[in-house]
Amino acid sequence: MKILVCISKSPDTTSKIAFTDGNTKFDENGVQYIVNPYDEWYALVRALEIKEAQGGNVTIITVGNAADEAVIRKALAIGADDAVRIDADPTDAYFTAFQIAEYAKNNQFDLVLTGKETINYNGSQVGGMIAEAMDIPFISLATKLDINGSTLKLEQEILGGIQVVEVNAPAVVSCAKGMAEQRIPNMRGIMAARTKPLQVVAPVACDVMTAYTSYSLPEAKKACRMIDPNNMDELVNLLHTEAKVI
Amino acid sequence: MKTLVYIHSDNGISKASLEAVTYAKKIGSEVIAVSGGSSSDLAKLGEYGASKVLVDRAVVNGDAQQITRMVAAAAESTGAEIIVFSHEITAKAVAPRLSVRLKAGLISGAIALPDLSNGFSCKVNVFSGKAFGNVTVKTDKKIISLLPNSLQPEVTGAACAVEEFNSNAGSAAIKVVETKKPEGNIPLPEAELVVSAGRGLKGPENWGIVEDLANALGAATACSRPVADIGWRPHHEHVGQTGVAIRPNLYIAAGISGAIQHLAGVNGSKVIVVINTDSEAPFFKAADYGVVGDVFEILPKLTEAVKKFHAAN
Ligand SMILES: Cc1cc2nc3c(=O)[nH]c(=O)nc-3n(C[C@H](O)[C@H](O)[C@H](O)COP(=O)(O)OP(=O)(O)OC[C@H]3O[C@@H](n4cnc5c(N)ncnc54)[C@H](O)[C@@H]3O)c2cc1C
Repeated sequence: MKILVCISKSPDTTSKIAFTDGNTKFDENGVQYIVNPYDEWYALVRALEIKEAQGGNVTIITVGNAADEAVIRKALAIGADDAVRIDADPTDAYFTAFQIAEYAKNNQFDLVLTGKETINYNGSQVGGMIAEAMDIPFISLATKLDINGSTLKLEQEILGGIQVVEVNAPAVVSCAKGMAEQRIPNMRGIMAARTKPLQVVAPVACDVMTAYTSYSLPEAKKACRMIDPNNMDELVNLLHTEAKVI
Repeated sequence: MKTLVYIHSDNGISKASLEAVTYAKKIGSEVIAVSGGSSSDLAKLGEYGASKVLVDRAVVNGDAQQITRMVAAAAESTGAEIIVFSHEITAKAVAPRLSVRLKAGLISGAIALPDLSNGFSCKVNVFSGKAFGNVTVKTDKKIISLLPNSLQPEVTGAACAVEEFNSNAGSAAIKVVETKKPEGNIPLPEAELVVSAGRGLKGPENWGIVEDLANALGAATACSRPVADIGWRPHHEHVGQTGVAIRPNLYIAAGISGAIQHLAGVNGSKVIVVINTDSEAPFFKAADYGVVGDVFEILPKLTEAVKKFHAAN
């Protein structure tokens, strides 16, 4: 199998979220970037497991600037064979998906994997958009993926349960928890990552459909009201009369 | 302005779908719903503002590509300018596809009505609920995927016509082999009340007291990440930045410390109750009501109090 894994960078989960330029831009000051956990823990690791079991090749792709190569090297350290960086700002989901789809179409992958969403924009859009641009099936929120010849057998989340599906490659799959276990890169992987091929590709022209125009932070919570542990009737009463949630 | 709403129906129509119709009614003058599947109670969408429902019985619920073709055909035949989805699992696969197919900008996870004062923009959650963003759509056609529990369904009219609709959506490339749905479970993303527990419960054998409270309230159950990772609870209950993001009316957190990654997925909840032995637990800073105490004592007491309340009301 020739597998393409889409990687996004995201701020470390403990990052302080703040905005600059009149609340129009994410404040990157002091922010550490990591590989988006869903892309790394589930999509990339499952791709590597498939390759280890049946051979093939795992390429990672990201749409981003030169500064994002640090994140690409982190993903390579976990074990991908090579990487592609589309040299552009990933301005919105459509732009990102369009660039990846163009590359994937020209390079004949059997399988394109994404994480279920990024932890910064949470859009869950890129995988479905790539699939439509390539006119191939999309299996979202997959928790299990097995391959038998050119048939993919998957489990995916549906409302209130799980659905088992089968589809022929090529397809796009977005990966959720259950798919694989997080791997910690070892020293050998980190060393090898430095010299693995990283190809930089120029973006293709693409329409702009959406833009983030401003941001805001939630209002600070009022102080917590402490309830006497021996008076749960009071808590229930407050939930009914004051909070009006029961 | 015509608005089209995609309705995912398999076992009846979810509350989230009714929210989507209500939302569409608030933005568009005429609301038309489109659905596949075998549901028989689609006419009731009229009560929430739909003028009619188009249904293509040949389209089953398993294949996003096929559903996308159906919704695109409905958008074309009705001339709708705005297409609304409820941001649930099927829609998360269909809306992005439709965005590419129709060249219509997608607002994913909207939490408010669109703002038309300066172009067309809408508020969404970003950074896993740690912040909000405003997304502006620049295309003529627009797609909005509405986060469940962002507004309440409102009855505004009466049942409407249901028209058979042949969308020529082609065959499904994805074959559904099996569907596993545990009976009686309230799906977490849709739940209005959630009881969640963490490592403070000490072991999976102790979850009875969590389930008792959830049953007394009619709530769904959730858990922290380590609890799902060690296998005490199923993965789909894991909430937080790397789990399910939820925004119920009430979130009760028992024996959960309130790490930043946990809070990210739950701080959109309207009301948060925290039960923890440690009065310094960070979760109290994000809570509306707090109880410093042992879950093994407090949860059963709270369950009794809830039962008493329900018996009296
Ligand atoms: C990249 C990354 C992503 C992550 N994503 C998530 C995520 O999505 N969701 C998530 O939940 N976590 C996530 N985490 C983990 C997170 O940092 C915390 O480790 C985790 O939330 C802690 O779970 P907990 O509160 O159940 O356990 P603990 O932190 O061990 O807390 C247990 C709490 O129970 C209390 N307690 C103990 N006994 C009792 C008792 N008898 N009665 C009452 N209270 C009691 C303790 O005082 C303590 O506050 C992530 C971490 C990383 C690094």
